[in-house]
Amino acid sequence: MGAPDEDRLATATSRHLRSPARVEGLRRLSGGASRETWAFDAVGEDATRHGLVLRRDPSGYLGWSERAVEFDLLRLAHEGGVSVPRVWFLLEDSDDLGSGFVMERVEGETIARKILRDDEYAAARPRLARQCGEQAARIHALDPVALPSLSAEPAADQLARYREYLDGFGDPHPAFELGLRWLADRVPAPSEAHLVHGDFRNGNLVVGPDGLRAVLDWELSHLGDPVEDLGWLCVKSWRFGVTDRRVGGFGDVDELLAGYRDGGGSEVDPETLAWWELFGTLKWGVICQIQAFTHLNGAVRSVELAALGRRVAEMEWDLLELLP
Amino acid sequence: MTLQDRPTAPELLEAVREFLERDVMGAETVPTRVLFHARVAVKVLGIVERELRLGPALDAAERERLAALLGHDGEVDDLLAELARGIRDGSLDDSRDEVVASVRESVRAKLEVANPKHLET
Repeated sequence: MGAPDEDRLATATSRHLRSPARVEGLRRLSGGASRETWAFDAVGEDATRHGLVLRRDPSGYLGWSERAVEFDLLRLAHEGGVSVPRVWFLLEDSDDLGSGFVMERVEGETIARKILRDDEYAAARPRLARQCGEQAARIHALDPVALPSLSAEPAADQLARYREYLDGFGDPHPAFELGLRWLADRVPAPSEAHLVHGDFRNGNLVVGPDGLRAVLDWELSHLGDPVEDLGWLCVKSWRFGVTDRRVGGFGDVDELLAGYRDGGGSEVDPETLAWWELFGTLKWGVICQIQAFTHLNGAVRSVELAALGRRVAEMEWDLLELLP
Repeated sequence: MTLQDRPTAPELLEAVREFLERDVMGAETVPTRVLFHARVAVKVLGIVERELRLGPALDAAERERLAALLGHDGEVDDLLAELARGIRDGSLDDSRDEVVASVRESVRAKLEVANPKHLET
């Protein structure tokens, strides 16, 4: 799939601005074969420049898609005081650009290794765990009634689902079996359903020299146990080598939970947090296997996906470290 | 020993890895995504190089370890599947400490091929 047509993108953007604009500097940011993220500038007739991002599924059904849900979520999150890019407009069928939306571009760094190592972010790092806690609390306080299409994913259901995925591949993973046993014996009691971001981790955060600027990648949002987001942020893979800082490689749990309380979040049970951290480790291991099989079964041929199959052992190792 | 001419399989992998490192990643203008995938490809070749070198001995040690744990010999994949079933159905609960220690050694053996650096973290 090639780049989005610049003229069509300019037409759509002009409609939103209610004045003619041209597109400059269109470039691919990231994304897999089905999901794409493009950066561009919209330049108005008076030379006003807007830094924007297009998120789209080129082959998606027009008029309705997960992108439309993500658009609504971002708007809701912004209204609820969560730091997110402001959304501009949904693509329409007549735009002929696939399904997706345009939002403001928040300047900053998302590459975790740079955030954790570069001097530019030295002053930001000590703030991030607390800021993540505050943001998580605001996310969990959003009213999900406005988003009827989000699915409920309580802990027990997710555990069953990842066990099924694992069984679907047929390759035995005794380390994951040990994890599944431990998790099954300690499933947290169902909580009141909160909006859960679903991929709240280092790598999906925009960070500037001043600290956390925006929370991105809402496509896995669902209803469930809010501690899921906090546990996922602690998974060792998201520490990108800075393993002694449990929260994203930049901070400690005490700071995260202090921020969570300041943001209005409930008291967090350490055992529930440990459950979600271990579950997240297992989940990421299984996702790596799913990605490898996406390559192996020919759905998407990619050396990146193939390589993820050999990362599964990292999560098995990390999981064994977490087992008492 | 092998019928095949030089370069050997590891030497061929090394040649491709050097091409990627020097000519692709070192080129003046490489699209970001290509550069990223070249880095991944270099890592993948490293995995294959280590597997060719260490794989046979690691497999043999794994078979011996699993046979001792389960009380009978077999193919590694059959023994692993039996171990996984035994953990799930609880039939190995009485020897949990030995099971955990054995599983840790298995995972260590996989990481020695897939990513030895991870063992240091």
